[in-house]
Amino acid sequence: MSNDATTTTDEPVIRDCAETLRELDVFLDGELSHHQQAAIRHHLDGCMDCLGAFDFHAELKIVVAQKCNNDEMPPGLLGKIERCFGTDFDGDGKIG
Amino acid sequence: MADQATFADEAMQYAPQLYSGALRMTRNRSDAEDLVQETYLKGYRSYHTFSEGTNLRAWLFRIMTNTYINTYRAKQRRPNETELGDFEDLYLYRNLGALQDASLGRSAEESLMEMLPDDEVKQALEDLPDNFRLPVILADVEGFAYKEIAEMLDIPIGTVMSRLHRGRKAMQKALHDFALERGLVAAQPVAADSSFGQDS
Repeated sequence: MSNDATTTTDEPVIRDCAETLRELDVFLDGELSHHQQAAIRHHLDGCMDCLGAFDFHAELKIVVAQKCNNDEMPPGLLGKIERCFGTDFDGDGKIG
Repeated sequence: MADQATFADEAMQYAPQLYSGALRMTRNRSDAEDLVQETYLKGYRSYHTFSEGTNLRAWLFRIMTNTYINTYRAKQRRPNETELGDFEDLYLYRNLGALQDASLGRSAEESLMEMLPDDEVKQALEDLPDNFRLPVILADVEGFAYKEIAEMLDIPIGTVMSRLHRGRKAMQKALHDFALERGLVAAQPVAADSSFGQDS
């Protein structure tokens, strides 16, 4: 567990585990400021416990994205869309 | 102003993603097909309002999300605003992570990929109530930013964040329950390290 604090303002503030874990979602979503991101990375460099949790959730995010986005489109769908407004969407030279 | 003649060229590449997203929203194939069709029809008709150079994929998902909320959600007899039970943070990690560490010789990602079957991940997502499911679909499946999701759902960014957090936790609880049913994990949860992240 690292719980030390920095004294200079140039360096990222080192967060404790609780603070780091609170930012897990936002960090993995890529929505933290560069400064906050650096602070988290700095903590993760020295804390295997938090790193384990971050890695797990980063992987889970990949798993969810892949497994929920692999459905095969029904074969007739593109044709149906084309028929909606008479446009050759799939470029096969005919509508539908 | 976007030219309607180029709509097909620009927009049809997103059909598979839109269909998967529609399936996660409507939870059935025929509604998902209708929803995608309607999204393209609306997109085609209002393509002149799309500003070129901005994100067409986000624009289409915005149309689809609105259409789902206004049309399809209304006919599903599930409550729109549902609360979720509160679960411990890192619930799945604590209970599955230990098992994962034991799978030597494989990357952690591979083993999570193998441990969690497609159907269970889809089910865990689809079982979330709408107000949590939509943010999770848009963030975790489609990869949109908080700001984009807030605009699509017309809710504040803070609400997006809290619904994502709670929706993800509930999904992880469901994934753990599925794994438990399959006998993949022991019924007794792995004891959490009392010094680690308890107050997060």
